[in-house]
Amino acid sequence: MKKLLYSRKLAPYVFVLPFILTFLVFWMVPIIKSVIMSTQDILPGQTEFVALDNYTRLFGDRIFKIAVANSFKYMVGTLILLIPIPMLLACLINSKLANSKVAAIFKSAMFVPALTSVVVAGTIFRLIFGEMDTALMNQVIGLFGLEPIKWLKESTTGYIALLALACWRWMGVNTMYFIAGLQSIPADYYEAATVDGANTLQKFRYITVPQLKPTIVYVLTISIYGGLAMFNESYMLYQGNNSPNNIGLTIVGYLYRQGIEKNDMGYASAVGVVLLVLVLVINIIQLVATGTFKKEGGR
Amino acid sequence: MRRSKSLPARIFLTVLFVLLSIVILIPIWAIFIGSFQDGSMLIRNGLNLSIDFSQASLDNFIMLFTNSGNYFRWFFNSMVLTVVQVVLTLLISSFVSYGFAAYDFKFKTPLFICVLLIMSVPFEMLMLPLYVQINDMSLSNTYTAVILPFLAHASTIFFFRQYLTGIPREIIEAGRIDGATEYGIFFKLIMPIMKPSFAAMAILNGMNSWNNFLWPLLVLRSSSKYTLPIGLNTLVTPYGNNYDLLIVGSFFSIVPILVLYLCFQKYFVDGMTAGAVKG
Repeated sequence: MKKLLYSRKLAPYVFVLPFILTFLVFWMVPIIKSVIMSTQDILPGQTEFVALDNYTRLFGDRIFKIAVANSFKYMVGTLILLIPIPMLLACLINSKLANSKVAAIFKSAMFVPALTSVVVAGTIFRLIFGEMDTALMNQVIGLFGLEPIKWLKESTTGYIALLALACWRWMGVNTMYFIAGLQSIPADYYEAATVDGANTLQKFRYITVPQLKPTIVYVLTISIYGGLAMFNESYMLYQGNNSPNNIGLTIVGYLYRQGIEKNDMGYASAVGVVLLVLVLVINIIQLVATGTFKKEGGR
Repeated sequence: MRRSKSLPARIFLTVLFVLLSIVILIPIWAIFIGSFQDGSMLIRNGLNLSIDFSQASLDNFIMLFTNSGNYFRWFFNSMVLTVVQVVLTLLISSFVSYGFAAYDFKFKTPLFICVLLIMSVPFEMLMLPLYVQINDMSLSNTYTAVILPFLAHASTIFFFRQYLTGIPREIIEAGRIDGATEYGIFFKLIMPIMKPSFAAMAILNGMNSWNNFLWPLLVLRSSSKYTLPIGLNTLVTPYGNNYDLLIVGSFFSIVPILVLYLCFQKYFVDGMTAGAVKG
């Protein structure tokens, strides 16, 4: 027995065993359970098969549509803000034009927000976007002669607060991704381009962007995933899962509300399955569109 | 010639970076000066950058260290949980990754696809059935439930495997010739070489564990077992009566990780960006 366990044939299976167990017990079984539960009406002590009823109910659910719209809006907002701007910042830092000490301090400072827990960051932002004229953001818009706003009571201003929180926490991390990507571009590419008389914009267009493509695809993938599955930020900003008129409700928030707060596990599982399909489909489309699969296949 | 031409650009960028650094640090500064003020006033009036010295006091900090209920208990729980989770995750994930990197075996490709699959499934989608699963295993309200599902951690395994594929196979062969067992080779020869990748993954997993919110929120029930984020979250309620602790405790929870960051900056950046695909 001992000899077999130590044999070269069996050893690889022993090495990957912890993963196999984790995968089966904590991923496969829950996913299958989730799909099964989504076809059931689950009450304490009594479970009934209802086929696709949960899904039909879901697609006619007005609140769920609000949640999906909010999650998409948030995702699109983060894609627009948290990819081009970090890319630009990374290029500016990498250009070595600014005072090097200042650039180093900037790089360190940019990373600090990512160290704060979402609980703390959410609390700070809720108070900065407070209702009174003494809250920081109202003071800022007051400088421009505007009246104080109840930021977290209105859909648009609430969205701005949420995006501000997202940008504050993730701008630095995404910029670091791009800096890491930029540093892997060989310097002779730029030298050759300079010899050929290319200007800065042409270099950016024909060297930087194509060479950064793996980084862009990576950041895009995690942003889609993180955007659609966002919950913590909104939960903290609105002091819980109930925002005025559901302006801060996300897909995961709705899943949490149905599953944990209302204990309707069957319905909540259907929400989870829809979320999974959404994330997978969008990411597959995105990976095909950017040609990532082709590249993998060609290797 | 070129230099003088870019001088305005240099000044512009330097000023821009200074301004952006200030903007980024304003929220931290705001909570810092907030911690010297009356908590319920802050909740009503919101945070700003002015400080009224006639009202400011060290009362909150004194309260934090003398009469803050479970705060340091949560702090301690978070620290222990973070350390245990990081050590076990690194140990188990590196063990698994060696299996993927060093051997060819049946099912290797489908299993590795499973690793990639887990990396692309949102945890939030799984949390309810996982929560049911944990209850079925009578693990709710335990730290085991908080960490066990994530010890063979997919993205950490992936990172280690990428790192190990660069290690020459001769080391393994030499180990075998010297009579080491398959596991001995991993623990005695491979693990020491993996040190730099351990540092990066320790930081990444440590940050995730220290700031982990949703899963512990679901699993942990009793206040004495709460981690710091969950404990602070209980102070957030609209009917809360301890806003002083919320503010000063929020600020204080950033301090240890900020100190670590200033000491080990390079590793933090490496750890956080380790997931990014290198061109």
